[in-house]
Amino acid sequence: MLNRGIEPVFYESDYNRFYEDAVVDAAKLVDFRPDLVYFCTSSQNLRGFPRLMASPDEIEADIRRELSPFRQAWEAICNTIPACTIIQNNFEPWPWRTLGNLEGGCAWGVSSFVNRLNAALGDECRSNPRLKIVDAHGLAADLGMQRWFSPAQWFSYKMAQTPEAAAYLANGVSALIAAVYGRSKKCLVLDLDNTLWGGVIGDDGLDRIQLGRETALAEAYTAFQLYCKGLRERGILLAVCSKNDEQNARLGFKHPDSVLRVEDFSSFRANWSPKNENIEAIARELNIGLDSLVFADDNPAERALVRSQLPQVAVPELGQDVSCFARILDEAGYFEPSALSSEDLERSQQYTENAVRRQAEGAFQNYGEYLASLEMEAEIQPFSPVYLDRIAQLTNKTNQFNLTTRRYTRAELEDFAARDECVTLYGRLSDRFGDNGLVTVVMGFIEGSAVEIDLWLMSCRVLKRDMELAMLDKLVETALERGAKKLVGRYIRSAKNDMVAEHYRNLGFRCVSSSPDGSETLWELALDELHYRPRSRYIKDHALGPRSSAGKN
Amino acid sequence: MPLAPEAVLERIRPIFRDVLDLPSFDVMPSDNASTVEGWDSLAHINLVTNIEQEFGIRFALGELAELKNVGEMIDLILKKLAQRP
Repeated sequence: MLNRGIEPVFYESDYNRFYEDAVVDAAKLVDFRPDLVYFCTSSQNLRGFPRLMASPDEIEADIRRELSPFRQAWEAICNTIPACTIIQNNFEPWPWRTLGNLEGGCAWGVSSFVNRLNAALGDECRSNPRLKIVDAHGLAADLGMQRWFSPAQWFSYKMAQTPEAAAYLANGVSALIAAVYGRSKKCLVLDLDNTLWGGVIGDDGLDRIQLGRETALAEAYTAFQLYCKGLRERGILLAVCSKNDEQNARLGFKHPDSVLRVEDFSSFRANWSPKNENIEAIARELNIGLDSLVFADDNPAERALVRSQLPQVAVPELGQDVSCFARILDEAGYFEPSALSSEDLERSQQYTENAVRRQAEGAFQNYGEYLASLEMEAEIQPFSPVYLDRIAQLTNKTNQFNLTTRRYTRAELEDFAARDECVTLYGRLSDRFGDNGLVTVVMGFIEGSAVEIDLWLMSCRVLKRDMELAMLDKLVETALERGAKKLVGRYIRSAKNDMVAEHYRNLGFRCVSSSPDGSETLWELALDELHYRPRSRYIKDHALGPRSSAGKN
Repeated sequence: MPLAPEAVLERIRPIFRDVLDLPSFDVMPSDNASTVEGWDSLAHINLVTNIEQEFGIRFALGELAELKNVGEMIDLILKKLAQRP
């Protein structure tokens, strides 16, 4: 911008809160009086890809649903901020193509969907003079085209692809031809430890393996499981081949964040025999040739063994970085479909019967309607070992929505969870856009007839979702069960937690004392079983994960 | 240290053998497309792209058209290597 002679002053909305900041709670943005508003999004933020075999109407509905929040946000800005130009980037290509070349030929592929979304954005742009599109799709392709196309080679030799691109194209064509002749692979054989989850289930246990959304590594393993699940849903068989006790191996799929379930695997071999023997057994069990198998394992020694003993089995050089696994499998084109069969269709229909189609169109009349549309579900439970890492992480990094800013180690939190005089609660929140993960922690000590709240903190990514009301309901319920007559809350001011200064007042607590400078306030809520009415209206309390196994309750 | 023309010749010889499928061929600085069997337009593209890759350089449009033989190509490669940051 400075190079172009423009010196901007910025207002930045919080992460992933464009809708709230533009539509629901726009005062700050309106006060700023922006000349331009840029909506910076990515294909990674898309949630509702069409299901396999979706009808044209369903796809249209999916497109409307994805664009609906943006449309509402544009409209709100047009109405509240005069003469403001709106810039919206379109969606870049998805980084891999589960359906191979079929992505270009079927209406429900991710590539087609992204293209159609972008076409719809283009339509919007043509009918709304204040809306400008940044062509992120084209910019992303530019980077690829620098490797795909060389103008000098075109002018000199009429080569429309660089040699590198020609080889890549040839690989795509040969995958398609192999598919036409039924030579595509039919089954993906997967290792478990450090392939489908981070860590070693036998050593680390269910609590410590990396899966879910709490760390970058955990998120990458979950994404790879999603990729495998996508293959499964379109008819590719999955098998497990792992050096593990069978019981431990199965345990890993009970992790609350495991996308794959034991039932997703058509063959499950977890034992201590050499992997080549297990892979031969898998081929026999599934009654398919060894040349229909692809073996995915992070361990180079296992890959080398299988490659040397079973040359018919495809063994991609996966490396050890899980974030690359899907791309490596995808680029090899092993599972290229030439078309989806009727069996695939049936499977996909079963899948749809289970899936609930959701619509969220049109503007909301009020904030409650918006909250209702989010279809939020919470899991609020006492601390459980599987979540202690995340609870410790959240406790130690949360600054804004944090009433006391007390920091505790994982070991201390584990100790609280096991103590009788402690009330511990964590909250996970999911909505129709996905799982926000574990986002809030409340912990208190029972002192006589009171529960003294020691920790109350929440991640800012779920602000204004009424999650604190759901936590209060559960805290009151737990306190009453333990015979408590009142809740005692404390606010200790820090450099960053002004936003919760009135937290307890908003929840109906009474201020009972305040330090002279107001930096510390004490609050009480009398509990009366007969008169307490649950406050949370929009969040369904739903135990998604394991009930507490923390040794008490 | 800058490469000597002989060192460049040593590095392009295997490329010529491979592309032209002549296992014992030693390309000489005086050679050009008319003196070497099989050096046709397709082989030329392969030679150029392989040489670009080997030295991490790019020939600009038209640069190659003026060259009379392999010796001049070696000089151009050396010039490009010297210009590299």
